[in-house]
Formats: sequence, structure tokens, C-alpha cells
Amino acid sequence: MTVLDSAPSITRRLVLRGAGSITLASLGIVAMPLPGALATANDKYPEDAFKQKNDKEAIKLLYGRTAEASDKIKLDAPEIAENGAVVPISVSTSLADVTSVAFVVPENPNVLAAYYKIPQGTLPNIANRLKMAKTTNVIVLVEAGGKLYSATKEVKVTVGGCGG
Amino acid sequence: MASSIRVRAIANGDVTEVQTLIQHPMDSGFIKTDKGDFIPAHYITELTFEHNGKPVFIADWGTAVSKDPYVKFAFKGAAKGDDLKVSWIDNKGESDAATFKVQ
Repeated sequence: MTVLDSAPSITRRLVLRGAGSITLASLGIVAMPLPGALATANDKYPEDAFKQKNDKEAIKLLYGRTAEASDKIKLDAPEIAENGAVVPISVSTSLADVTSVAFVVPENPNVLAAYYKIPQGTLPNIANRLKMAKTTNVIVLVEAGGKLYSATKEVKVTVGGCGG
Repeated sequence: MASSIRVRAIANGDVTEVQTLIQHPMDSGFIKTDKGDFIPAHYITELTFEHNGKPVFIADWGTAVSKDPYVKFAFKGAAKGDDLKVSWIDNKGESDAATFKVQ
């Protein structure tokens, strides 16, 4: 039952993705896309970015550029997280034209935790729960109007959430 | 089989707030059993929300999202009674989908 339910949407996404690349290729627009342009224009799962062990590398792979700190991003996370397996983290921003939001935890085995695509009409307010291996900064990246912004907050972790 | 997806989508004026809970182990692949073997990674990679066939929110997740994931977001343009389709797929190719009414 579960497989049947989801099959149509997956097929449709594949078809759309295929059609999109054919159209772009036929126009000769995407001959050799830059890594950054590819990451933002493509809705494919950014598998390589999710495997990175270094926060700067992951951000570079995901966005192809560095982020600029912004005070227009509000990152909410606990000062002290007793259980690193479940750390509630949320973000909201007054930046306009937000197209994506990403959460990075530099001390985790895989630093990129989550990447959210924000279509037009969706508000840049997200709450989720992440695992944290140890005390570290949480970095949130907000892509808005073609630029990349970030905010950072330290979370002290009492019991790590990555086992070991 | 009961759905793994629980969603509450509440429209307040033009803005609909969506809260989602999914039952999933979200195994990172870094945790060992009592015997010392690593539990293989098993986590949701993509979670998609569609309103009237148009994606309104796409989550790409890695291994650091907590077990039984929770996510909240809000979008504009939905009315009470509209359908919101939610689907996920994980790194083992398993998937689930369900449709909910905006309240």
C-alpha cells in the first residue's frame, strides 16, 4: 500500500526533471553549469553535500559560495541541550525572497543536517529537531534574493546524540 | 497499515501552518548495538509537501535529523478543506505518502 501511494508523485518528479533538462539543453543554456548554479537550479537530493565532514566544504558544495552573517535571521536553539539526540531548532527571517534554508552542525560526523527548499508563497519560518554529537555552534544558512546569509548559535550538549 | 505520517495543517487567514511528525528510525549509521556492530544508516532523504499539485515545501534530510522527525513550516494560498499531499522516501528506497485536509 505504501509503495502504491507514493509511486505517482515520484514518477512525475522524474518526468518533470527529465523534461526540464531537455528544454534547457535544447536552448543551449546549460552547457557547463557552475557547481553553485547547479545546486540551486536543480531539485535533486544534494547527496555529496550531505556526506561532507567539514562545514565550509559542505556549504561550498551546496551553494558554491560563502555566506555573509545577517542580523535579519533569528535562530532559536536551546542554550543547553540535555539530550543531543533531540535538539529543537527553529529559524525565522525578515529577509525577502528566501529560496532555501540549510542547517549545519560542524561537530557532527556529517555536518549538513537538513536542507529545505522554499518555493514562492512559503514563509521562511521552519522548526525541526536535530541530533548533535557535542557542544558546537549551529549554523543556519538562508539563501535569499540570490545571496547567501547565515546566523550562528552555540548549543551546549550534555549527552551527545550520535552514539559511540 | 497505519500511515507513518501525521500532519496538522491549520489555515489562519491566508497562511496555513503545517506541523508534521513521521515515524522513522532515522538511524545515522554511527551508533553501535550492544554487540558492537554498527546499526546501518536508515534515514529519510526527501520529504515533499504538495498543495494542489504544486510543491510548497521540500525537505532534504541527512543523518542528523532526530528519530521520528518533526518539522513545522507555513505557506500561503491554501483554504480550509484543500488537500495537502505529503510523501517521503528514504535511503533504502522505502517510501510513504498520505493526503491531509487543511483545517
